[in-house]
Amino acid sequence: MSLVQEIDYGTPARLSDKTVTLTIDGESISVPAGTSVMAAAMHAGTKIPKLCATDSLEPFGSCRLCLVEIEGRKGTPASCTTLVEEGMVVRTQTPQLAKLRKGVMELYISDHPLDCLTCSANGDCELQDMAGAVGLREVRYEGGANHFEKGSALTLPQDTSNPYFTYDPAKCIVCNRCVRACEEVQGTFALTITGRGFESRVSPGGTDFLGSECVSCGACVQACPTATLNENAVIEHGTPEHSKVTTCAYCGVGCSFKAEMQGDKLIRMVPYKDGKANEGHSCVKGRFAWGYATHKDRITKPMIRAKITDPWREVTWDEAINHAAQEFKRIQAEYGRESIGAVTSSRCTNEEVFLVQKLVRAAFGNNNVDTCARVCHSPTGYGLSTAFGTSAGTQDFKSVAKADVILVIGANPTDGHPVFASRMKKRLRAGAKLIVADPRRIDLVKSPHIAAAHHLQLKPGTNVALVNALAHVIVTEGLLDEAYVRERCDLLDFEVWARFIAEEKNSPELSEKHTGVPAAEVRSAARLYATGGNAAIYYGLGVTEHSQGSTTVMAMANLAMLTGNIGRDGVGVNPLRGQNNVQGSCDMGSFPHELSGYRHVSDDATREAFETLWGTPLDVEPGLRIPNMLDEAVSGRFLGLYIQGEDIAQSDPNTQHVTDGLKAMECVVVQDLFLNETAKYAHVFLPGASFLEKDGTFTNAERRINRVRQVMAPMAGKAEWQVTAELARALGYPMNYPHPAEIMDEIAALPPTFAGVSYAKLDAMGSIQWPCNEKAPLGTPIMHIDRFVRGKGRFMLTEYVPTEERTGPRFPLILTTGRILSQYNVGAQTRRTENNAWHDEDVLEIHPFDAENRGIREGDLVLIQSRSGEIALHAEITDRVQPGVVYTTFHHAEPGANVITTDFSDWATNCPEYKVTAVEVRRTNYYSKWQEMNREEDLTLRVIAGRLSPAAE
Amino acid sequence: MTETDADPTLKLAHMARQIADFFKAYPEEKAVPGIAEHINKFWSKRMREDFLAAFRQDDPRLDALVAKAMPKIKGWQA
Ligand code: SF4
Ligand code: SF4
Ligand code: SF4
Ligand code: FES
Repeated sequence: MSLVQEIDYGTPARLSDKTVTLTIDGESISVPAGTSVMAAAMHAGTKIPKLCATDSLEPFGSCRLCLVEIEGRKGTPASCTTLVEEGMVVRTQTPQLAKLRKGVMELYISDHPLDCLTCSANGDCELQDMAGAVGLREVRYEGGANHFEKGSALTLPQDTSNPYFTYDPAKCIVCNRCVRACEEVQGTFALTITGRGFESRVSPGGTDFLGSECVSCGACVQACPTATLNENAVIEHGTPEHSKVTTCAYCGVGCSFKAEMQGDKLIRMVPYKDGKANEGHSCVKGRFAWGYATHKDRITKPMIRAKITDPWREVTWDEAINHAAQEFKRIQAEYGRESIGAVTSSRCTNEEVFLVQKLVRAAFGNNNVDTCARVCHSPTGYGLSTAFGTSAGTQDFKSVAKADVILVIGANPTDGHPVFASRMKKRLRAGAKLIVADPRRIDLVKSPHIAAAHHLQLKPGTNVALVNALAHVIVTEGLLDEAYVRERCDLLDFEVWARFIAEEKNSPELSEKHTGVPAAEVRSAARLYATGGNAAIYYGLGVTEHSQGSTTVMAMANLAMLTGNIGRDGVGVNPLRGQNNVQGSCDMGSFPHELSGYRHVSDDATREAFETLWGTPLDVEPGLRIPNMLDEAVSGRFLGLYIQGEDIAQSDPNTQHVTDGLKAMECVVVQDLFLNETAKYAHVFLPGASFLEKDGTFTNAERRINRVRQVMAPMAGKAEWQVTAELARALGYPMNYPHPAEIMDEIAALPPTFAGVSYAKLDAMGSIQWPCNEKAPLGTPIMHIDRFVRGKGRFMLTEYVPTEERTGPRFPLILTTGRILSQYNVGAQTRRTENNAWHDEDVLEIHPFDAENRGIREGDLVLIQSRSGEIALHAEITDRVQPGVVYTTFHHAEPGANVITTDFSDWATNCPEYKVTAVEVRRTNYYSKWQEMNREEDLTLRVIAGRLSPAAE
Repeated sequence: MTETDADPTLKLAHMARQIADFFKAYPEEKAVPGIAEHINKFWSKRMREDFLAAFRQDDPRLDALVAKAMPKIKGWQA
């Protein structure tokens, strides 16, 4: 194995129908028009020396190292900023060029320390490479002013404030790559060059990196040709020696990375340019926050106990698996076939999820399998398949570059889906218009060089009223795309819908009562969406996690069909998925009513296909969803649960109800990296494997199937898929797969959408967007191009029904929840990394007006009470939230934000209503009872796990 | 939700009413089969049985449309 090397063409690839042919050093080469001479040379196999150019950035032309001679032109133009022309004759190596380049290098090196041997970038430094390439042998300007010598007036201290990388100004060659990366690639504009001429240096806005606007995406580190910006892990351990391409295990963007290793030690994760989801970009989580994978809290031995009050006992794998199997068998014998079930994880691979649902259907003999997608995007599945016929977003990420109007509803892409947000921001800076519908002023509303045309700051829980009002304006003002609707949609449904939506109650003027958004603003946003060119909708959990989540998804689908914005580049309706494999876990058949490929369990033909392959009869009845499992547990009819990589005790709403359900069960099996909250109620603990420890695939929010590759051996000796297969065998159902590739082959043999997928094809193509089958052997970036998957697009009536969670005198405020960039969901991983430097506790955002009414000051501990419970958090006073609305994240287990959320849920899918809870807030001196209790339990848990002596705290 | 915790069938009635709330925008001849189809598709057998056992069609706690949909729910016995 060696390092995966990627070619740097020096300037970004250009697309053009026109080809230009030129001669470089006597070789003829044809490239698309618009290509630089530098990139053309690289295509011809000639590397022109360069320092300020790299192909992730627009050329800048500052270092003058890339000079070439062009016949018929005077002087020596820079090849990075010179575009190819037909018939051009270029020479890259002449005595004169050699002399010029040496001179340039000499100047650079004269202000650069010559400590290559002890430099952290030794062997991975472009300055070093270029000195070699131009044949620099001596430097004639010694002893002048410089930035590196001790005692020199120009020497600046290193900046080590960022926990993951160091800035060493002594080594900066002021090539500006970092500044441009932060602007062009990331879109944050945190860096500038300060000072003039020789004195100039890079600066994160006059402060240190941690205190600056920097979001630690790593783009500047990636772009820096020297050791000036370098990963701390490389500084500490040295450069990596081999690498494999794999996929980030955090969010639904699904970025590709090179995992760069020394032996079995991960040194750094470097974003992979060929990764179609991220094209070489990354965010702080995937790039840097992987330390949890080898954190000391990892449990690596299987454990069992008879009662949840007993201490854990470490046992062998065999004993743990047999024990779980015996218990499941006993429970089924005693309480019936329906009395056990499983929860699959959106964090695990497709192959692993597929096996768990197979285990439930084939070995448990029921359909009691659900997934944590229940609590986030189940309404997406329901809504989009009702309208279009597929449970997935319509576009690839790249499509946003062609959008003219971008409507973001209930999503916070810069925090939740940062790498996609960077693409979106790039398009917005280039002139696309932005409409944000969100109760809170998310960063996107106003950020460097971006301002939303409209911020529709609605009251939480009124999405349907707002989207209906947008559609109302479009219909009543005649802004619809009639030809599209006539050709592509079911006309009968449309006519019924059009009459409904035109009713007065759906007008912006009347819905203003519910949404609080001024009618005029809604009208002009609707006009913009309908007439501004390609309009694309992106949405997140702020849409789905409501009692009308599914309705909102359908209302957005209506809006897109109405304006002809489905079925081509630049448009569409797109969910931004929370977890890395939410899409995949749904595709794999994690829902109790659906087999893999979204086919209902009651469909005889489908079931027969599965039965033949699996050699066992399957249940025709839908099984239980997570909330229903818990309900049945409380009533004593559901007693055994196998939970793969999920922490339902923390992530699911109304914690009290969840834990009551778990406590009522007789065998809870938790498979996870850490002893999580749910493990407090478990009887069997099966250690999991991190994404670095196994082979498999993840499917991202654009339906892209990406490979996950094993770079280190599983710490507990087995990957999850192996454990699931062993559990099935212990239950008497044979499951034998030598490698996850064989599981994928079985998946491909079953549902039609995956027919063409195999590991061999994934290795060859890098990634595949489903559907991939006979009709689309190379996959499908954009869906519904000529017709909808279901045939005609279907308009559904989307009546606004207010949530039953009401504010009133006792609970006058609405609490809504979200996430921030540096932390990830329940935080089990990110809290175990240095990302805590940015966010070490969940706080409550409250508007100055509400704070003042309650005598709350910045930083006060406040008690938040809802109908379900109470917790205490510190207050942050901000006008990002509107009066009447408070906001918090749920990344840290300790405060238990879900203690106060209710168990209201989406009417169609029971996706919980996280986004609306009526609360009251007041100052307090104490943490809540639940928090105190939880803290004690936590301590006992750790003592039981033997990680802490009782006296230690 | 303490009330529904005490009597889980009330929760089922509540879920059914939420479903009816969506379909009530449609004329009754579409709404009633829509509600029943949704329940048949997504509720487990036991949930349907519990629900049908706990409520009669004329139960005042039931939404009117849900009551009308009951005969179309799988497992219904007149
Ligand atoms: S890490 Fe990212 S955000 Fe921070 S300065 Fe570098 S490019 Fe900008
Ligand atoms: S920090 Fe690196 S990328 Fe930025 S200007 Fe200096 S050498 Fe160039
Ligand atoms: S954007 Fe998402 S997938 Fe990409 S690196 Fe960040 S967390 Fe990972
Ligand atoms: S690489 Fe062309 S001027 Fe620097």
